[in-house]
Amino acid sequence: MAALSDQLLVVTILGYLLAMICHAVEYAFGTRSVIGRAAARPERARVLVGAGVGAAGGAEPVDGSGPVDEPGSGAGTTLSATDVLTPTGGSRSPRAVLAGRAAVALTVLGAVVHLAVLVTRGVAAERMPWGNMYEYLLSVTFVGVVGWLVLLYRRPTLRHLGLFVALAMVLLLAVAGLVLYVPIVPLVPALDSYWFVVHVATIATSSGILLLGAVPAVMYLIRHGYDQGKRSFPYSLGARVPAADTLERLTFRLHAFAFPLFTFAVMAGAVWAEAAWGRYWGWDPKEIWAFISWVVYAGYLHARATPSVKRPVATWIAVLGFLTMQMNLYGVNIFFEGLHSYGGLD
Amino acid sequence: MSTEDRETVTGSGAAPAGVAEAEPPAAGGPTGGAQPSRVRRTPPPLALLRNSWRQLTSMRTALILLFLLALAAIPGSVLPQRNINIENVNRYAVEHPDLFPILDRIGGFDVYASPWFSAIYVLLFTSLVGCIVPRLRDHVRALRAVPPPAPKRLDRLPRHAVLTDSDGDLDRIAAVLRKRRWRVVVRGDSLSAEKGYLKETGNLLFHLSLIGVLLGIGLGSWYGWHGNRLLVAGPDNAFCNNLQQYAESKLGHRVDSSDLPPFCLELADFEATFLPTGQPSSFLATTVVEQGDQRPFRASFSVNDPLRLDGASVYLLGHGYAPILRYTDRNGESLESDDAFLTIDGNLTSEGVAAFPDVNLDPVTGARNPDLQVAFEGLYFPTAPDAPPFVRSTYPAERSPAVMLFAYRGNLGLDAGIPGSVYRLDQRQVSSGKLKQIGEGKLLRPGEKWTLDDGTSVEFVGTRQYITISVRYDPGERIVLISSVLLLVGLMPSLFGRRRRIWFRVSPAPVDATTTGRSSLVEVGGLPRTEYAGFADEFDRLVTATRPERAGGDGARDDERDDDERDEAPRPGGARPDGARPGGATEEGTD
Ligand code: HEM
Repeated sequence: MAALSDQLLVVTILGYLLAMICHAVEYAFGTRSVIGRAAARPERARVLVGAGVGAAGGAEPVDGSGPVDEPGSGAGTTLSATDVLTPTGGSRSPRAVLAGRAAVALTVLGAVVHLAVLVTRGVAAERMPWGNMYEYLLSVTFVGVVGWLVLLYRRPTLRHLGLFVALAMVLLLAVAGLVLYVPIVPLVPALDSYWFVVHVATIATSSGILLLGAVPAVMYLIRHGYDQGKRSFPYSLGARVPAADTLERLTFRLHAFAFPLFTFAVMAGAVWAEAAWGRYWGWDPKEIWAFISWVVYAGYLHARATPSVKRPVATWIAVLGFLTMQMNLYGVNIFFEGLHSYGGLD
Repeated sequence: MSTEDRETVTGSGAAPAGVAEAEPPAAGGPTGGAQPSRVRRTPPPLALLRNSWRQLTSMRTALILLFLLALAAIPGSVLPQRNINIENVNRYAVEHPDLFPILDRIGGFDVYASPWFSAIYVLLFTSLVGCIVPRLRDHVRALRAVPPPAPKRLDRLPRHAVLTDSDGDLDRIAAVLRKRRWRVVVRGDSLSAEKGYLKETGNLLFHLSLIGVLLGIGLGSWYGWHGNRLLVAGPDNAFCNNLQQYAESKLGHRVDSSDLPPFCLELADFEATFLPTGQPSSFLATTVVEQGDQRPFRASFSVNDPLRLDGASVYLLGHGYAPILRYTDRNGESLESDDAFLTIDGNLTSEGVAAFPDVNLDPVTGARNPDLQVAFEGLYFPTAPDAPPFVRSTYPAERSPAVMLFAYRGNLGLDAGIPGSVYRLDQRQVSSGKLKQIGEGKLLRPGEKWTLDDGTSVEFVGTRQYITISVRYDPGERIVLISSVLLLVGLMPSLFGRRRRIWFRVSPAPVDATTTGRSSLVEVGGLPRTEYAGFADEFDRLVTATRPERAGGDGARDDERDDDERDEAPRPGGARPDGARPGGATEEGTD
């Protein structure tokens, strides 16, 4: 079982790698797809997306008697969210669409195998697969991928972000497999607690979502720069990503969803720490960095709720929060010594 | 005339000029930011005070303080901290003799108790209080108040619709809205409704809970205490709760040693199980507790499952072995020691000292002979290797226990009054030659005896288990827990709640062939007060639900009267909420 789990990891990484390549192909041909064109003209893209959402959510038959105030072609009223994806113009690029669909299919496949990696690992170890950093990272990335697929299902227009999601997955899983890998060992008694399961499950979930949230955050910053006329390297990517305010709203949604979960996870950790070490909070390096991340994300939510703070500034704070999370994940396990040093690295 | 109808529907018909008190559609919630102050003369110092207060309680300041708090927490993870690991601090002092005093002066080794860290959170919480008190007042007022009257021009609002086929029955509409938990008030020919007060309630609860958490932490640091010690098994090693019994302890500012609750603890048994790899798989300590007038009782505890006593909890932190050594001196007197040996690795190789200062006494006077004191320094292996060198245990459980002893005779230096470690011999005595090693080291298995050069002997009798425990009391814990739960409860509506208003206004319908005599013209306007992308949908659904006919709105489902009217009601072609049209006339200005 343990060996199977290790082999499946390789398959998972390959799956995401192929998905990444397909996304890249779609990206390359993307200029001729509708997404590419729509994205290049933000106002138009927004109208299309708005129409799609409106038609899907409004559940009322269009009776045609109302005024159709449609800027552009008359096709807008019947667009559903999925239609936005399909090229409608004459300059369609079937190859790009095919590549994009293949990418999504490969991601789904990767996620299924990814789940199998976790399950086999858990079965082999006879416990939840959250005992060390390797397993933890596998879980976090899995949550990230599932979150991404749910998001994609609800907002197919975001498919272009898949390149970055797949890239992040490949990198993180490669780090997990190459650097953090440890053979299966059962939990030490200190980690054998009900609260530990709750704590790690919620931390992994919220970290996964925050990880995912960083993607639209960075894309938004790129897109925003692009919209302001910047054309140098990272900003040049902005030509092919969804409209800035779509990305910004998505960033907020993901963070607003993850923040209470993260808060709860930290609290569950405190309850566990009380039982295990006698104090609910002791400024252990892990705890310090969780505190820092929490404060930074609270700062993001504040900044976003404050009209006088510009959205790019707020989004930078979210990116900063993401960096502090990474610091906690890698930095603290590797550089600092503390009670939480159960990463399995020596 | 139906063209005229349509004109009204899109909201492009002529309308009276004055928009009067319509609220700005901008959302974003109140800020503590610059609000124009009332024109009143204030003496300059007061004005300065007031302005500083306003600055402090502004959202921007809160943001900066939050950022500073995060920044200020970082050094604590980079530098060793006194309250966490004093030994690491001491090591740092040795390794960085130049840097240490400077860092120490600015509190680098007590970051979370340093003046600058405290200053940041005190300011932050002051700002917090200054921020929520006015908001609390406003919110209580808002909760008591009824939704404000309809603005004159509903078509200027972000969402707008006109119903030509309504019966104009505001009471019925009010009922539909109330069912959906809107707060509704009908004033003459208009109706105002508001929903989403919970957002602000949640927000205030969240911020108040933060204060609760801080108070709980403060209470804990004033009235809490803790002590750590090592407890060897056996009735002779029982300890009673007082400050002298702890190797390390800390009392809160408002606690003194007489406040510690009285109880005594004896380790009756300790059981540890290990996997074949040597990794521990379970621990269980069984103790005999004497507390107050109660009869002594047995209680077990473990890692993650502390022993809860009245006024204190006992946590299991670690465990190890204490070898029992019996020394028989020149007079034939035997003395036993069971001093704990400290573990130095995962296989529980342990090192320690068994000191016998009161041996080889003068048989006549009973006085100590300072040159004939004896001590054994040694290593204990729960599972000794099969062959030399004997330096490391190979398994943590006692499969093949053995102790490697080095004997010393001379002056142990215990009378010098210099506190030394009980786990090490005083090296000054050794280097000055006052304490001499006798022979080479010797490996003893249980029951084996080693006779020294002077005819005295030492026997390795066996071992006792010991545990290291932390005894703690924190009265703030419960407050922190309750506040945290409330914090979370408040956070959800604060993040996901949406405040919005909706108004209905009835006016007599224009005479029209397509409408029945009873119908009247109803104008609806909606205003999301916080950013809310789904408001358009909700507005449309509401408008549909408040129609007399059953047009898919669930609000009318159980209303019999609506069913009757359904046949009479005109079919579509009347009005529909224009907001559903992309790019409709009132589309702009949302968000
Ligand atoms: C201890 C420090 C603080 C923390 C950790 C904190 C945290 C938070 C969080 C997590 C939210 C939810 C975000 C949202 O509803 O969008 C929030 C909202 C809010 N906070 Fe704080 N806060 C703190 C201090 C303050 C202070 C000092 C002020 C006053 C200047 C303040 C004013 C607000 C306001 C007005 C909102 C509502 C924003 C909205 O309209 O949604 N907070 N805070």
